[in-house]
Amino acid sequence: MRRPDCSAGGDRSPEGGGRSVDPDHRGCTVSHAPSQQASPDGTVPHTEPVQPEIGRVLHPDGTATGPFPDPLADPDRLVGLYRGMVLARTFDEKAVSLQRTGRLGTYASSLGQEAVSVGTAAAMDEADVFAPSFREHGAQLWRGVMPEDLFLYWGGDERGSAFEGPKRDFPVCVPVATHFPHAVGAALALKLDGGTSVAVAIGGDGSTSKGDFYEALNLAGAWRLPAIFVISNNQWAISVPRQAQTASRTLAQKAVAAGIPGWQVDGNDVVAVASCVGEAIARAREGAGPTMIEALTYRLGDHTTADDARRYRSDEEVSGHWKEEPLTRLRTYLANEGHWDKDREEALIREVRQRIDEAAEHYLSTPPQPPEAMFAHLFATLPAPLEDQVRSIGGDAGNGETSP
Amino acid sequence: MTGVTMVEALNLALARALREDERVVLLGEDIAADGGVFRVTDGLLATFGADRVRDTPLSETVIAGASVGLAAMGYRPVAEIQFMGFIYPTIDQMANHAARLRTRTRGRLSCPMVLRAPYGGGVHAPEHHSESMEAMFAHIPGLRVVIPSSPRTAYGLMLAAIRDPDPVVFLEPKRLYRAVRETVEDTGEALPLDRCAVEREGRDLTLVSWGAMMLETRKAAETLAGEGIEAEVIDVRTLAPLDARTIVDSVLKTGRCVIVHEAPLTGGFGAEIAARLAGEGLMSLVAPVARVAGYDTVMPLLRLEAAYMPSTDRICEAARQAMEFS
Repeated sequence: MRRPDCSAGGDRSPEGGGRSVDPDHRGCTVSHAPSQQASPDGTVPHTEPVQPEIGRVLHPDGTATGPFPDPLADPDRLVGLYRGMVLARTFDEKAVSLQRTGRLGTYASSLGQEAVSVGTAAAMDEADVFAPSFREHGAQLWRGVMPEDLFLYWGGDERGSAFEGPKRDFPVCVPVATHFPHAVGAALALKLDGGTSVAVAIGGDGSTSKGDFYEALNLAGAWRLPAIFVISNNQWAISVPRQAQTASRTLAQKAVAAGIPGWQVDGNDVVAVASCVGEAIARAREGAGPTMIEALTYRLGDHTTADDARRYRSDEEVSGHWKEEPLTRLRTYLANEGHWDKDREEALIREVRQRIDEAAEHYLSTPPQPPEAMFAHLFATLPAPLEDQVRSIGGDAGNGETSP
Repeated sequence: MTGVTMVEALNLALARALREDERVVLLGEDIAADGGVFRVTDGLLATFGADRVRDTPLSETVIAGASVGLAAMGYRPVAEIQFMGFIYPTIDQMANHAARLRTRTRGRLSCPMVLRAPYGGGVHAPEHHSESMEAMFAHIPGLRVVIPSSPRTAYGLMLAAIRDPDPVVFLEPKRLYRAVRETVEDTGEALPLDRCAVEREGRDLTLVSWGAMMLETRKAAETLAGEGIEAEVIDVRTLAPLDARTIVDSVLKTGRCVIVHEAPLTGGFGAEIAARLAGEGLMSLVAPVARVAGYDTVMPLLRLEAAYMPSTDRICEAARQAMEFS
């Protein structure tokens, strides 16, 4: 089985040879190109487009770097990944449109980062546990969370996190990096259960500046837990660019201190992401412990609908990154190989839009819960001391829950 | 002296919980081979093994956060934070996640974890080892805050906390860890949560306290009895959610209340009790509600800590002043 090379995530030697941050592990194998780096004085302008050249299967122009890793060579599998990314992007478009018209709360679009989200989820089994940050709609949809539920959540209704499908997955995590410890605890639970399931968390580049991130990696390493930490490095933590976030040359090398492998992968290459995360998961299932993966991508949209990225970055920078976005390159590859054409594209867009529109309609027609519902799941059973408060907002101190 | 200390009672409860429920996992710093710096987990590693009694790295955030993850997957983690001064990093996890997981997922996931920590002064410990910050946790909806005041309540409340399907912050008054011995039958019987306990009945005034200050409060009631003042004594036990009804009912009867806590006065949990009494018992009050508390100062180091701690004398004096109203 051939896998893309994610091994150049660490410091490069002065001679220029790629070096894995995990001396004991060869990484997964495709190319040995230089990793992304800032100049030593940290003055690399953040307007420079990211040119990830490692852990790559597809170039931005849609040509392959070499043979595809099994089983991702299967065209149906590739079309599935493409559909997953189209679904995420279509969901994002609809969500932003709903927010702009006052029908959804503040929303964090994943525009440009679909490959990290979908590629990661595609590498997981249903029984694995996912701990997402707030920009991983693509992964959640892939794992079976219904778009109706995602709209509900972002529309301010907690029933959106009561989702069917991946019942053990965590709800999205808003306080940055605080979910990495949850993945560690879940990984310990899965290990104690005695099975081979793993826990996977995704966070952003900014999350690697927090102590929670290091504490989680450190404990996962010390206990050799089946946990995978994917860093979706979209180059911007709201307005603070990657270079200002840390003097660390790569984010992957932060894994070194925890004694666990740290790999870099082209986060706009969904095949490479799926392959790299798949390799990390395989290691974890075999009992080899945790892995941290830095997926290099770019946030093409604002941080959230409440943000205006023009305040801190140029249109030129953004338009440069559009040339590397993940959907075009896979679509081009599929078309070049004879697996995709205009008719199939139009049919897919039609099908996905219809699905997302239906979900939005369902969300919009779902009445809010009665006020007393805020108490319904505060505790397993309403404590007697809270009964007066429930009654004071019109409840009967019973369950108060209504189904959407 | 017969009976067991609070440390031994807690150890009995933890051992029973580990025995009766294989989902119970203990984690924390120095809790395994060392048995915890206060020896609460002494011997549990040998009996239950390293999978279930786990030394963590020195890492409070991930101790709490991994406990959330374990609990969400159906385990019953009991995490130890070594001293209350080191508990602050866990507040992020407790407030943002442990307290909210059930609400956020409408019950799809829940967080049956216990966060244990010794709290309070009076044992000549170093800086940051003597704080009483229970009100911070009591202000977080979705958390239970439980504080025992004796070996027997420690045993029964700890079992209740571990069996409870929701997160519990369990604060152990370390001044009482070895101060008192009493008989504790290891029957597995838990004490009820969310209920204040009327320890002693009296008609003249109500003394309300919790944790280590119950020691001085009980002594004060004895002293006052010698002066002909019959004090009702309430051990709050569960600060959140607060069983205000029991306290209000007592004060409707006595008309006077003195609240005693070691934590600083302002914003201390006594303020909440006083507010409840003002709201629900004002017309029955014959004297102002009094609070005997720590001062609004940084917890002093050991040379001055005795001057900081509410004393039996201060409690008695507040009670006598209350008795001057009629």
